[in-house]
Amino acid sequence: MKTKFQNNVAIAVIRVIAVLVVLILAFLLGDILISGVPHISWHFLTAPSQAFTSGGGIGVQLFNSIYLLLLTLIISFPISLGAGIFLSEYAPKNIFTATVRMAIEVLSSLPSVVVGLFGFLLFVVQLDMGFSILSGAIALTFFNLPLLTRNIEESLRAVPDLQREAGLSLGLSKWRTVIKVILPEALPGIITGVVLGAGRVFGEAAALIYTAGQSATNIDFGNWNPFNATSPLNLMRPAETLAVHIWKINSEGVMPDAAAVSAGSSAVLIIAVLIFNFSARVIGNQLYRKLTATK
Amino acid sequence: MINGGELSENSFSSLPNFGGEVILMDPIKDKIQSTSRETRQDIVGKVLSYSCISLIVIVVLSIFVFVATKGLATFVVNKASIWDFLFGTNWNPSATDKAGNPLLGALPMITGSFGVTIIAVIFAAPFAIGTALYMTEVASRRGEKLLQSVIELLVGIPSVVYGFIGLSVVVPFVRTHFGGSGYGILSGAFVLFVMVLPTVTSMTVDSLRAVPKYYKEASLALGATKWQTIYKVLLRSSTSGILTAIIFGMARAFGEALAVQMVIGNAAVMPKGLLAPASTLTSVLTMGIGNTVMGTVGNNALWSLALMLLLMSLIFNIIVRFIGRKGRM
Repeated sequence: MKTKFQNNVAIAVIRVIAVLVVLILAFLLGDILISGVPHISWHFLTAPSQAFTSGGGIGVQLFNSIYLLLLTLIISFPISLGAGIFLSEYAPKNIFTATVRMAIEVLSSLPSVVVGLFGFLLFVVQLDMGFSILSGAIALTFFNLPLLTRNIEESLRAVPDLQREAGLSLGLSKWRTVIKVILPEALPGIITGVVLGAGRVFGEAAALIYTAGQSATNIDFGNWNPFNATSPLNLMRPAETLAVHIWKINSEGVMPDAAAVSAGSSAVLIIAVLIFNFSARVIGNQLYRKLTATK
Repeated sequence: MINGGELSENSFSSLPNFGGEVILMDPIKDKIQSTSRETRQDIVGKVLSYSCISLIVIVVLSIFVFVATKGLATFVVNKASIWDFLFGTNWNPSATDKAGNPLLGALPMITGSFGVTIIAVIFAAPFAIGTALYMTEVASRRGEKLLQSVIELLVGIPSVVYGFIGLSVVVPFVRTHFGGSGYGILSGAFVLFVMVLPTVTSMTVDSLRAVPKYYKEASLALGATKWQTIYKVLLRSSTSGILTAIIFGMARAFGEALAVQMVIGNAAVMPKGLLAPASTLTSVLTMGIGNTVMGTVGNNALWSLALMLLLMSLIFNIIVRFIGRKGRM
């Protein structure tokens, strides 16, 4: 009887804990969305921010976040693709591979603030690039590389060896087998990983404070020449992102409606992350269906 | 294929020519001695993938070299003593003591960092293990899927949003229920608790799933209840995995910057309790780097803090490796 009772109590406790965790998330999402969504309007999403008066928007920050995300993906995807292919297809069992794996592990567990400070030291100070989108994108690349590499490696590894043997027995080189046979099959997994990583990059702030900077310069959305200082596409302008904006207005506290603006911005960030998570699944499934002819 | 066709035509036309052995041999010799298209492709592929992976290694190495040179400058160039840095309690880089040495006691920040990390993990570990057990042992398929999405969403919430919620919910809550200003180690630990929960949970789930199924079946067949099986078999055989999960959670908590910085109060003094304003390594770094001039003592001291963060993350990694090796034996 006693063991039975213990069992029931323990299982009940486990259930309660699980319910609590669900409630924590429900509370977090509810709190952010309820306090934030009423502040979201077209004006809020498009207007430039105001430092000292209320009524500012997050237009520039939102654009910066998206632009920075795209740049980061453009830089980090090819590198991690090559690295992932190396780890899953070429890596010999020797000390070099062991070192590489350790390096990736260490990089993925480095605090993002340290990665940001390294970016600050190397790009902003040593290479004299100043606070710029490009410095920010490279810092975020460092932050994104280990995750993306690991994801690509795992997706490639999940492809059965039969496919590799088939490719090689047709007389294809190993490289062409990887590119033409293995990679397409692994693509759904890779895309899912990229989109999930994009969600993380979109919300990252600590690595950006001292690389992309904390000021949103006025940009002119009519001017798309990347070499012009006021152009949205200019790589060398300082660019405060949405996440950095939330941090900054909360720690400086000169903006009269800081609480409202940060609630709205948090809601936008959360909605963006939800969209990323959701679309990662949808795109992954769709691609899988398309490429493998499964119903 | 095309090459092959050319070759046979060539050799055929050169057959009647008796002095043509040289002509006959050349294309074949060429083909054998030169690298084929496939080999060239493979070389290209190898070069590309090797250079990508080397780039990552170079990045990691240069992070260490850069941060270490800057961080060690405090001790080498500014002649601060490492002992005072680690155990001094007076952090005021712009001032000097009677002997003329800058006041670089980092113990308040070190205490703060360890304080929030340990408290957060003490709370998070039972929750994470409970949730993981629910997902692997108790829940139906649907419950498991629900919890899986909950964990994924908790990971996805950006740290500044956690910080903002901490500021607007946790700090007032602590202020009214525990007293003080609300800013302090307790608030920081609360925020970190939620942030490390998903990390620890998903890794614990992985290690519980890795336990061979027949362990569980054997235990149940002996007449053990579910809880006895969980407690005496599952948790015992996945101990090293769960420890690894907890260490990873600690690493994440230790390195988290903005969320903690927003709620901890940022006072670089020895914390007088869980409710008094304090600071962590990361919070001092994020606040300070922009306000100090490169190359000054104050700036170098901040880089020493960054170096400490780097070394701590390395130590967490080594502990994980050590546990992994022990667990395998």
